[in-house]
Amino acid sequence: MVGTAATIDLADRRREADQPHSLTVRFGMSNPLRLDAGVDFAPMQIAYQTYGTLNPERSNAILVCHALTGDQHVVNTHPVTGKPGWWETMVGPGRPIDTERYFVICANVVGGCMGSSGPASTNPATGMPWGLDFPVITVRDMVRAQAMLLDHLGIESLFAVTGGSMGGMQVLQWAASYPQRVFAALPIAGATRHSAQNIAFHEVGRQAVMADPDWRAGRYFAEGTNPRRGLAVARMAAHITYLSDAALHRKFGRRFQDRDNPTFSFDADFQVESYLRHQGITFVERFDANSYLYLTRAMDYFDLAADYEGVVANAFRGAPTRFCVISFTSDWLFPTAESRAIVHALNAAGARVSFAEITTDKGHDAFLLDEPELFAIVRGFLDGAAKARGLRGSR
Amino acid sequence: MLSRLKYDLTMAEAARGPGGARVDLLVVADMVQSGARALDVGCGDGELLRLLETRGVDGRGIELSREGVNECVAKGLAVVQGDADTDLADYPDDAFDFVILSQTLQATRQPRIVLEHMLRIGRHAIVSFPNFGHWNIRLQLLLGGHMPHTDNLPYAWYETPNIHFCSIKDFRQLCLLVGARMEEAVALNAWGRRMRLKMPWWFWNLFGEQAVFLLSRRG
Repeated sequence: MVGTAATIDLADRRREADQPHSLTVRFGMSNPLRLDAGVDFAPMQIAYQTYGTLNPERSNAILVCHALTGDQHVVNTHPVTGKPGWWETMVGPGRPIDTERYFVICANVVGGCMGSSGPASTNPATGMPWGLDFPVITVRDMVRAQAMLLDHLGIESLFAVTGGSMGGMQVLQWAASYPQRVFAALPIAGATRHSAQNIAFHEVGRQAVMADPDWRAGRYFAEGTNPRRGLAVARMAAHITYLSDAALHRKFGRRFQDRDNPTFSFDADFQVESYLRHQGITFVERFDANSYLYLTRAMDYFDLAADYEGVVANAFRGAPTRFCVISFTSDWLFPTAESRAIVHALNAAGARVSFAEITTDKGHDAFLLDEPELFAIVRGFLDGAAKARGLRGSR
Repeated sequence: MLSRLKYDLTMAEAARGPGGARVDLLVVADMVQSGARALDVGCGDGELLRLLETRGVDGRGIELSREGVNECVAKGLAVVQGDADTDLADYPDDAFDFVILSQTLQATRQPRIVLEHMLRIGRHAIVSFPNFGHWNIRLQLLLGGHMPHTDNLPYAWYETPNIHFCSIKDFRQLCLLVGARMEEAVALNAWGRRMRLKMPWWFWNLFGEQAVFLLSRRG
């Protein structure tokens, strides 16, 4: 596993972390990112992509917040994998998040590995990747960093913030931290806190990474190793939680992979095994193991109520933002009950809120997939909000 | 007090009023002031919310059916999926100027509690419902000996969502019980038209096929 190929991968990974195929902005020592962990982090780099055109009033910007293993490459070819962007179905010309009407921004989260400061970035003090010396970050830190990016871009107020899963957490944090800067908020398959079950799944993933001898206590860049096996197992376990029993059954059933009979071995006899192995292998090509630890931790720490006297509604009191909360029937990782809790809090806070649950058997990942009802709702909600904001071209 | 007819409709316009809206919804909408905040409980496909929007009302909705909700949100309306019986408890006191329950009361499990929540959440409550005291319904039960069917109540007894029918008389008693003040009441006849003459309550209870009440909290 360790060898020339892995070394090249690591070198590429470091290059993408420091000099990404993206727009970047660097914040110097005079403009640190104040972290929840009590650290003033500087210098800091944010890598981001934009699509569409900012209107002269600077009122049509939509911030897309990516999920745990997503990145800023929403609708362009991914620089590492060569695959299409992760939200091509939702964002683009004529799509629900229409880049002919809106200026779409997506930034790699702090702690990520695609060009924003994270554990794979070079620590200026040592000239080596930060590894576990990188401070632990939170969802609120991610949002603070995004706000710094918007300041840099001269965007005072966002037309909308949207995202799924960890992206949905960021959307809620945005509305709570910067209510005056968010006209419309669209959290999809999100939650106000990470549940015990979800923390437990994340812990399994982290332990898989850390149990890999190649992880080397997080110093694998320095030692020229790559904890591929651990990260792949973490991804395989996590991937199951993004799907549903029904979807797995529909896609794979108990069908065999390229064979008619079981081999009476531990080969990937079943299609579902082969699929998961593929998911694990492709993931390690594009993702940094330490980043995975940091970002799962950030999600675990997320608990909006904790910052507001234990009452989520307090986070949104007096917020002028209009909300549209969306969940999926078969999502058991961020189940509808979590979205309903968001809605209850928003109602209690007197916020303007819509809430739709979409019928699908595709599980948590449904927000990334072709779900016509989701597209119709996002489009309708944004149209209504655009009209209320007086955006030109509003229908 | 029952209001006098504000305009008369021809038979051809009976089911739909000016602008193509359902007359019972127009009656409801006429009770809501422009600029008010209104919550439509059981908002269906959002027809009333749309009507209210055109009149400058800040409207929100709750709807049980997923299809209804998704249709509303796709139209840009602020609607949440929820159940009148369980979810009204989550709304704070005085959150709205008007809380509307249009043709839904008879489908709730606990109409009294729903009405009490409406009067708590809103300064006013507007309730429209089919009148089970209507002569046609009385006759079907008296002479036909079967559960009544009408154009407005087309379901067979074993599949109807309507589990708590009441007459205008019954509803007035519930209003007294929960301490609601009746500010306005309108009866609609079998063609969905407002009934025009000022009459005693027993008359409305016999000839009104639907009723719309504007209520407020006493005190």
